[in-house]
Amino acid sequence: MTSATSPPRPPMSVRIGQRVIQLPTLAGLLIAWVLLFGELSVNTVVSGLLVGLLVMLVFPLPPLDSGFRIHPRATLFFLVRFVVDMAQATVRVLATAFSFGRIPHSSVIAVPLRTQSDLLFTLTAVCVSVIPGSVIVEVRSATHTLFVHVLGAGAEDVEQARADVLRLEERVVRAFGSRGEIERLASTGGTS
Amino acid sequence: MTEVLDWLAVSCILAGALLSFAAGVGLIRFPDLLSRMHTAAKPQIMGLALILLGIGLRLYPEPQIGILVLVLLFQIFTVPVAAHIAGRVSYRTGRTREDLIVVDELQEQLDRDRHDPAGHQVTER
Repeated sequence: MTSATSPPRPPMSVRIGQRVIQLPTLAGLLIAWVLLFGELSVNTVVSGLLVGLLVMLVFPLPPLDSGFRIHPRATLFFLVRFVVDMAQATVRVLATAFSFGRIPHSSVIAVPLRTQSDLLFTLTAVCVSVIPGSVIVEVRSATHTLFVHVLGAGAEDVEQARADVLRLEERVVRAFGSRGEIERLASTGGTS
Repeated sequence: MTEVLDWLAVSCILAGALLSFAAGVGLIRFPDLLSRMHTAAKPQIMGLALILLGIGLRLYPEPQIGILVLVLLFQIFTVPVAAHIAGRVSYRTGRTREDLIVVDELQEQLDRDRHDPAGHQVTER
């Protein structure tokens, strides 16, 4: 229709009236719908498509484009490390919880992330707070800085904790980032 | 074969239940809200994952397993938001035990903002 004059729309999207429908989002909604019903049939797929379309037309979101890619090998590495980290950190929090008689001290550290992408920033933040031992207290999106509360960290553990978050960011970017994002990691000296 | 799966399922559910219990212990034992957020959110996610895995193994040939995946996914996506908001509010309203926080770079940043609020919005409280 007016696609020549309208602002560039994100890849893999179609336009319905004024609304831009992003197909990946629609696919995500469809998958969630089918999983909810627990069966893959014509009925669930068609109704899922209709409900997904309706949701996206009634509750439009700003187009999310993102430079989101999936690098299979790095993604696998990220997922494996994520599970390992979670198990390790769970043990650590449990040890703290059961060490009776000692009151755990903790620290709030600032971690300036290197990525410029809001999506990768958010993903990193979610991972940081899902992994035990760290809770996000404050987010500065202007400077892409996370403020993380680290359980049981004294002054000597602060640098270690900061390096851990940066390494997590690196894995997220290598798994899902665009080439530019990955290069930015290298140019800022990797994790140090 | 099903017997092996059953045993696996039972041990997963048991481990998950133990983790949830441990989260409860942490919740009571930890001194301030920020520390408590750690146990409220974390061993609980791991515990939930194990319980769901156990249920999934038990249900295995059934197609309803999908919903278990959804439960875990939404837990992973929503818990950090809740934890962040609770943590932020408690920090800003001074409900943290400052004697227990060794290094506090957020407080330093807030102090800097207060002295030099150029361009940045200073959100007090």
